[in-house]
Amino acid sequence: MSTTGSENTMSEGRLATPLRGETPGLLQGMRHVFARDLRVVLRRRADATAALMFFIIVVSLFPLGVGPEPQLLRTMAAGVVWVAALLASMLSLTRLFTDDHHDGTLEQLLLAATPLPLLVLAKMAVHWLTSGLLLALISPLLALQFDLSPRATAVLVGSLVLGTPLLSLIGGIGAALTVGVRGAGVLLSLLVLPLVVPVLIFGAGAVAASEGGFGFSAHFSLLGAMLVLALFLAPLATAAALRIAME
Amino acid sequence: MSSHPRMNWFYYAAPQRFYALAGRALPWFGVLAVLLGVAGLVIGLAVAPTDRQQGDAYRIIFVHVPAAWMSMVIYLAMAFWAAIGLAFNARLAYMLANALAPTGALMTFIALWTGALWGKPTWGAWWVWDARLTSELILLFLYVGVLSLHAAIEETQRADRAAALLALVGVVNVPIIYFSVKWWNTLHQGASISLTKAPSMAATMLLGMLVMALALWMYCIAAALLRVRTVILERERHASWAQQALGATA
Amino acid sequence: MSPALELRTLRCVRGERLLFDGVSALVPAGQMLRVLGANGSGKTSLLRMICGLARPTRGEILWLGQPIAELREDFNTRLIYLGHAPALKDELSALENLRASSGLAGQPCSTEDAATALAQAGLRGREHLPTRLLSQGQRKRASLARLALGAAASLWVLDEPFNALDDAACSWLQGLIGAQLGRGGVVVLTSHQGLVWEATPPQVTLTLRAPEATPKVQATIAG
Repeated sequence: MSTTGSENTMSEGRLATPLRGETPGLLQGMRHVFARDLRVVLRRRADATAALMFFIIVVSLFPLGVGPEPQLLRTMAAGVVWVAALLASMLSLTRLFTDDHHDGTLEQLLLAATPLPLLVLAKMAVHWLTSGLLLALISPLLALQFDLSPRATAVLVGSLVLGTPLLSLIGGIGAALTVGVRGAGVLLSLLVLPLVVPVLIFGAGAVAASEGGFGFSAHFSLLGAMLVLALFLAPLATAAALRIAME
Repeated sequence: MSSHPRMNWFYYAAPQRFYALAGRALPWFGVLAVLLGVAGLVIGLAVAPTDRQQGDAYRIIFVHVPAAWMSMVIYLAMAFWAAIGLAFNARLAYMLANALAPTGALMTFIALWTGALWGKPTWGAWWVWDARLTSELILLFLYVGVLSLHAAIEETQRADRAAALLALVGVVNVPIIYFSVKWWNTLHQGASISLTKAPSMAATMLLGMLVMALALWMYCIAAALLRVRTVILERERHASWAQQALGATA
Repeated sequence: MSPALELRTLRCVRGERLLFDGVSALVPAGQMLRVLGANGSGKTSLLRMICGLARPTRGEILWLGQPIAELREDFNTRLIYLGHAPALKDELSALENLRASSGLAGQPCSTEDAATALAQAGLRGREHLPTRLLSQGQRKRASLARLALGAAASLWVLDEPFNALDDAACSWLQGLIGAQLGRGGVVVLTSHQGLVWEATPPQVTLTLRAPEATPKVQATIAG
């Protein structure tokens, strides 16, 4: 095999026995996916802001529906904000894999040098930073509408910060299962909402518990435990679902 | 390693052979279901004594509790076959999981309705947010999710695999969901409403529930076998044996 | 000499249709596998099987004697797959896209190298534009620029790479393919019969036909 002089630093391509243990650093691939996804979202801000607006509107609808009685609103507040956060997350989850599917980037993820679950985790991280985290940060303003005490508001924000990553993780499984399917948006919600009921219960329950004087540490611990479990299992399930979808 | 073909279970992994086996087994399960069902209803409606607190209205638990049990057992069975299908890429396993889902959903539905029928005379409301009823409701949503996902994907292979993965994800979640719902229920104690507080069990009551549970189990197996035969015929319809079978019934 | 790429009795079922059956081929290092067939005959499915994206209903694919199902990420570092879609994010520039895809494939490149590759692809001066502003031919060339940096990948799988390319770009691509084969790599591609090669590379031709006839495999060694 003749070798041509190479003018750049690229290594000479050569048929070699498959190399073991020479796969590049795992973090490197994750970094590329993370940076790319983040850039895309930042340059297409309309998507992220639309979900945020939806969140705000839904929360504002509830007082219009049940009346402005302050005590009632205060009791409802955590549950309403949490349900709205669930719904807004379902909306934004459809864009987790759909765009990549349409422009062919999703296939390339399956052919990357880094294991797919890690790349999926990087995508979910970007998704959370640009949806769940934003919801959590804007929730104090909405808590004002319900006249929540500062302490309750703090617990609400904390529960959202802890719980919305779970929505991105578990929702990612649903997004992967429904990628490219007709009616994927509604179907995704149908699949994911039952699975995230525990997150809703403990998230909203934390606020109710703190208001009732019971303390919310148990709720937060349980949310934390579920988060750890999901951090490990959800990317694996999502990667499997993506392979099934792309066959 | 037995040389007798009937004893080797992998023999029946071929849809054609399972079709025949299911056809032979089906009548037996059906008959058992009817016999046990009659026996269970007799015990439940006639033999078991009237409850002191709840009167005769409690008798609905002879259907409610077995249906609830079956709804959970079938979900586990469905998840089991889903796992087998994904692990071994076995067509028949996917078909079995596919066939079990509607029956499981039906059991959940019956459990919810009978729960409501029990709640009305006992607590005055058609629906109470009891831990078990709420879990059954979420279980129904999980079943509907698996069925909807399978129906939405046109390509059969992908539909089977996706629904199987969803069933497995669900089965991991079910304990978590049940635990969280129980927590939620005890925390929000309005009245101590609990349909799980069944009347203290006389022996005949327990017997009645067990007999009804067995009857429902036989029914579910029969229904699943019947459905899986239809699924096999539909998927294998291009094969000559299937066309013969279809022609024979025409 | 053992073949670099081997296809063994592959069978493909899509939905309810049997696309092809019993497809076998042996491709030595330094040769091209050219897949021909009518539209809908399963060319894209075959290419995706070779990449490991789809599993064949029956049969197996071996790379350097090992089944690709066992190789996973090791195989991925040696592979470049370019499908119909250019795999470019609309909002990112060609430069950003190229750096991301190289990095993901395990062969990260510097900005200078990426810019050089894009210049070779005829996109000098356009490499900083968001790719949605590029024409279809320019986008195709932007995605093909990966090949200019892809010397480390021994297996290239290209689905209709010459589509939407003008003569100059075709010539450039043929040069890249020739260089890859010269290094001892393998190129699998689908193309139309009417494609004119400046220098016909050594190749194995595989024609996919509907299952009534068995697929034909010819080895044509030229030059």
